[in-house]
Amino acid sequence: MAAIAVGVAALGIVAALVLTAFEKNLVFFFTPSQVVANEAPQGRTFRIGGMVLEGSVKREGVEVKFVVTDTAKNIPVVYSGALPDLFREGKGVVAQGQLGPDGVFRAREVLAKHDENYMPPDAAHAVEQAQKTLQMK
Amino acid sequence: MRWFWYASPQTFFPLAGRIALWCGFAAALLAAAGLYVGFFVAPTDAQQGEAYRIIFIHVPAAWMSMFLYVLMAFWAAIGLAFNTRLSGMMASAIAPTGALFTFIALWTGSLWGKPTWGTWWVWDARLTSELILLFLYFGFMALHAAIEDVRRADRACAVLALVGVVNVPIIYYSVQWWNTLHQGASVSLTRAPTMAKTMLTGMLLMALAFWLYSIAVAMLRVRCIIREREAVAA
Repeated sequence: MAAIAVGVAALGIVAALVLTAFEKNLVFFFTPSQVVANEAPQGRTFRIGGMVLEGSVKREGVEVKFVVTDTAKNIPVVYSGALPDLFREGKGVVAQGQLGPDGVFRAREVLAKHDENYMPPDAAHAVEQAQKTLQMK
Repeated sequence: MRWFWYASPQTFFPLAGRIALWCGFAAALLAAAGLYVGFFVAPTDAQQGEAYRIIFIHVPAAWMSMFLYVLMAFWAAIGLAFNTRLSGMMASAIAPTGALFTFIALWTGSLWGKPTWGTWWVWDARLTSELILLFLYFGFMALHAAIEDVRRADRACAVLALVGVVNVPIIYYSVQWWNTLHQGASVSLTRAPTMAKTMLTGMLLMALAFWLYSIAVAMLRVRCIIREREAVAA
């Protein structure tokens, strides 16, 4: 009985330690709000994640400029390289790089983060139309 | 039902054979139906085009990888608590199939990640914890193979299996607890699925097929283990 109690207690401690370790290190990306609040590591490579702001994507040669937003705060991003197929305005994105002193994030890698909704194109179109009519009202 | 009648490996042996046969057949039929729905009936996805179709393998495999681990730990716990011979055999029989589905989930996820996210692999919480699950399965099998006395091996592996169970909720909730590249769950018990009906049908058919396949293969494997460990007059 005592052995089982010790075992269960040990298990609990292991779980707690693993979870707290994960809590600190397994943050895959920081949101623009966290970056603005200086919660992201300073002067080091990290990732930011959010939505690509509608209408913010500008291509100048091989360089792409866009704005990552979490609807509260915005971070401008500069990147040169191939973008993933699912990189789109209004959709999720995760960029890895460094924040410059001018507040511009220089990305070395850009990944698309898609959502968990799967639907045929006509259904997606219908959803879009419905949202537009809602906005007009 | 005389549940305990079948707790003896000798009496379970013929039953396992019958279960394996029927589940195997049903799995083949359901997989054929599921793949047909997945490839020919389900519509193209608005965002991802045809690339999303790997979901019909990826998600059921990922579900099975987690579920089989819990099942393995369940049998391991029964074996520890009641010292029954068949429980350890069941746990050992499930482990390779669990590892297979974990590998399939990681592999198809990688194939899916490249065209959609733009990378084969990232160290986010979901992917990392699923990789740890693969290592737990490998560890279970390696530990069992390393101890000569099978009854001792069963007990040692049971402890390992039970400790590793901590990882399963971490995998499942990783997409909620942390910022991950991996998207959230499309199908859960608490809210309506966020995918088209025919897509969901194909995915659930494949999940059922994987279930029955797992049962069939585990039964065949447990028969081999019974033959190895016990003197069976069959």
